[in-house]
Amino acid sequence: MSITINIEHAKKAYGKNVVIEDLSAQIKPGEFFTLLGPSGCGKTTLLRMIAGFNTIEGGTIAFDDKVINNLPPHKRNIGMVFQNYAVFPHMSTRENIAFGLKERKVKDPELTNRVDEVLEKVQIRELADRMPSNMSGGQQQRIALARAMVINPDVLLFDEPLSNLDAKLRVEMRSVIRHIQQQAGITTIYVTHDQEEALAISDRIAVMHKGEIQQIDEPVKIYRKPRNLFVATFMGQTNILDVDVNGQDISISGTDVNYHFERIRKDHQITKGKLVVRPNDFTFEDAGIEGVVTERIFFGTITTYTVKTNIGDLVVTRDVNEHMKSIGETVHLAIPVEVVNVFDADGKNMSIMEDAG
Amino acid sequence: MKRRKYTRDHVAWNLLTVVSFASFAFFFLFPLFRLIVGAIWTGNGFNLEPFKRFFATKYYMQAVANSFKVSTVTTLIAICTGTTFAMIMRYFKIKGKKVVDILLLVSTITPPFLGGYSWILLFGRVGWVTTWLKNTFGIIFPGIYGFWGIVFTFVCHSTMTMYMYISGALKNVDATLNEAAASLGCFGIRRIIKIIIPLILPTVLSTALLTFMHCFADYGTCALIGEGYNVMGTLIYTAFLGEVSRDATLASAMASITLIFTSCLFMVQRWLASRRVVEMNALHPIEQKKPKGIVAILSHFYIYLMTTLAVCPIFVVAYNSFQKASGFLFLPGYSLDSYRTAIKRLGDAIQRTYAYGLIAIVLIVVIAVIISYANVRHSSSITKTADTLTMFPLVVPGTVLGIAMVLAFNGAPFYLNGTAALVISVWVIRRLPYTIRSTTGVLHNISISVEEASQSLGANPFRTFIRVTFPMLFSGVLPGALLSFIASITELSSSLMVYNFKTVTMSIKIYTEICKGNFGVASAMSTILLLSAVVVLGVLFKVSKGNYEFTL
Ligand SMILES: Nc1ncnc2c1ncn2[C@@H]1O[C@H](COP(=O)(O)OP(=O)(O)O)[C@@H](O)[C@H]1O
Ligand SMILES: [Mg+2]
Repeated sequence: MSITINIEHAKKAYGKNVVIEDLSAQIKPGEFFTLLGPSGCGKTTLLRMIAGFNTIEGGTIAFDDKVINNLPPHKRNIGMVFQNYAVFPHMSTRENIAFGLKERKVKDPELTNRVDEVLEKVQIRELADRMPSNMSGGQQQRIALARAMVINPDVLLFDEPLSNLDAKLRVEMRSVIRHIQQQAGITTIYVTHDQEEALAISDRIAVMHKGEIQQIDEPVKIYRKPRNLFVATFMGQTNILDVDVNGQDISISGTDVNYHFERIRKDHQITKGKLVVRPNDFTFEDAGIEGVVTERIFFGTITTYTVKTNIGDLVVTRDVNEHMKSIGETVHLAIPVEVVNVFDADGKNMSIMEDAG
Repeated sequence: MKRRKYTRDHVAWNLLTVVSFASFAFFFLFPLFRLIVGAIWTGNGFNLEPFKRFFATKYYMQAVANSFKVSTVTTLIAICTGTTFAMIMRYFKIKGKKVVDILLLVSTITPPFLGGYSWILLFGRVGWVTTWLKNTFGIIFPGIYGFWGIVFTFVCHSTMTMYMYISGALKNVDATLNEAAASLGCFGIRRIIKIIIPLILPTVLSTALLTFMHCFADYGTCALIGEGYNVMGTLIYTAFLGEVSRDATLASAMASITLIFTSCLFMVQRWLASRRVVEMNALHPIEQKKPKGIVAILSHFYIYLMTTLAVCPIFVVAYNSFQKASGFLFLPGYSLDSYRTAIKRLGDAIQRTYAYGLIAIVLIVVIAVIISYANVRHSSSITKTADTLTMFPLVVPGTVLGIAMVLAFNGAPFYLNGTAALVISVWVIRRLPYTIRSTTGVLHNISISVEEASQSLGANPFRTFIRVTFPMLFSGVLPGALLSFIASITELSSSLMVYNFKTVTMSIKIYTEICKGNFGVASAMSTILLLSAVVVLGVLFKVSKGNYEFTL
């Protein structure tokens, strides 16, 4: 049934420029696996190695036990969806979708039945006999999705399929993709630079930076238990505070605020670290870091404050239903110890990761 | 793990390029090489005598000076007339713009020599206008011969070519640029000089160079209308094929000199083209304004006048073909006699012309697609070389190419002279650069991921090319290919060198009849030729929906 993708010590270089040095990952059968990272970190490069459009300079990539390093793309039985849709402009919707089936010598009536079925699934039945030239981006991407799905591929590959669509369509299409993938149970690799999209859609996420995988985990863990400072900052806006560490006791430098961290192991030698607090983790209490509200932006469901403290400006977001602070007001910010993370000087999370959850 | 790169396609396309380029080189570079070597090397030593004679003889130097004069004057005038034409058409709403555009496209199918011929019919010694002037006003007009006749004919023709290319460049000037200039206090003429001219200058200059080179070594027009006004083209032709004073070594010496000169111009043109740093793609094309008052009258007058001049030859020729005629005199009354004679004399030249044209166009498309696809998708130093060198025929005058071909393939071991192969390859070579340019342009607009999508769906590279790439290319390449077909069947200067009685084509027949003074028959033949070109144009309009663009 569904296949496993094994990437072992994969290496990619364009001429002398090594883009991926040594990358390993295992993607489980039927899993929705997302490669997330900033632009230029090598996501597309890795995806195209799996698709067969890029050569592999070292290591192996295997579908189940079969190493596919030298298999040309057309023999890999993959379905790929591109950022620019790549719909065949000289073929109607139906012909586009039937393309792969015809290459596989599927004959009528099976051909028509399978095309009709997938048209129904991606809800573009009414476009079946139209040419793609005047269709919207969303419609074209549905054709591309149907075209990739209909051949029952072993692997589905997406390269930023939604980044050319507007915000509303993006949300709609991502649930279409997720829904169809779950139904079919096809092992899927999805590339994006949008962390919100990755969190919403994935079974597991691999965060990449400069050709290396920083962390592979479920979305909640990636968000709550980032392995290092890069992952923590990449997953959304953060406040980074310098802290003095003494065993499990942490004091925020420049203030007299202290916390006790159960999750840090006791026997380390580290004295300096960084505390990462997301804007919505702060709470307004009677004690904590003292500061003055200098800016307040109302977004509808949330309110964002800028609080000036003697350790710098801090960003705080609170729910709209909470009592609003006014500009000039003196506030105290408290930090919920159970959800924030402390990183050592190398940017490594000091928490014991195994119990994270 | 064994390492292997997926370069099979890469290798395959490069090999195909090598094969295509080799055939191109065989029919083009090799003859030119032979030409130059043959001109200076006698077999047992250098022989610069023909060159010395050429440069020492006043008669020849006079022709060189004439060629420069004709080309320079024509180019300068055409730059002004063509740019003005393009600007008016782009910025003003002109009444009947659609009709003007269609007429202009039709005018481009008229080979220059037919233009020259029809001006003789109008303004020649016994032309309509000349006779009418004499009979009504008693004014004796000496006829449109010599220097100004040639310049006039070339200008009428080149203005339109200029217009088409410049118009393409103007289309890419973004309106916001114009508005930005206006907001900075830059208006009217000043704005044209400061903003627009610099933006379109590269296009204007490279088109101007092409115009210059076309004039410099043209044969047909100068021979018909020059009447003893010698230029390089006529000199080369008479030295090579003339009845008196035939001198092949002198002919190849002159052809070599012309070739070296036009090659230098080619380098300049390439350099200019590569300096075109302003890559523009207008999102907001400039809006057209309705001209007012005197400007409106002048613009309309100018556009209509130039359009009339451009299409006049076609109508003159067509009208003449239905007149009763005897030799170069047209008699009162109408008849189809000219057509009867024309069709009898043309014989199978008609089918032959179309057959050659079709074969040529298939070859052109195949070679152009191979060379441009390889260069765009599987670029290497091989494909780049092929891409650059296939531009070279743009600047090799037809006469020079013709002579080179004859000299190279005349004797052992080829014996190709006068064969269909030679005529067809001349046509292929002369039109290849245009088709390669347009194919490359179309390819750049086809995203590589479309091809990758096809491969991911299970189509191997070959089937991807057949099912996806080629169909997408074809609609873009077809318009250019149709224009090349027209240009090929109306080609004269080099066909005239390489044909023999078994491979004679329509344009050669027409030329021969003109020379013999059988104007009625010549007109009838021309009408047949132009009519088929118009049919092809109709197809072109249909397939491109009137959106055909000229780029260089
Ligand atoms: N065809 C190529 N040739 C040379 N370098 C490339 C090529 N494709 C990508 N790169 C380089 O590889 C790096 C990773 O690119 P890419 O995989 O496209 O990043 P991402 O998809 O994560 O934005 C970039 O630095 C880019 O410049
Ligand atoms: Mg990318």
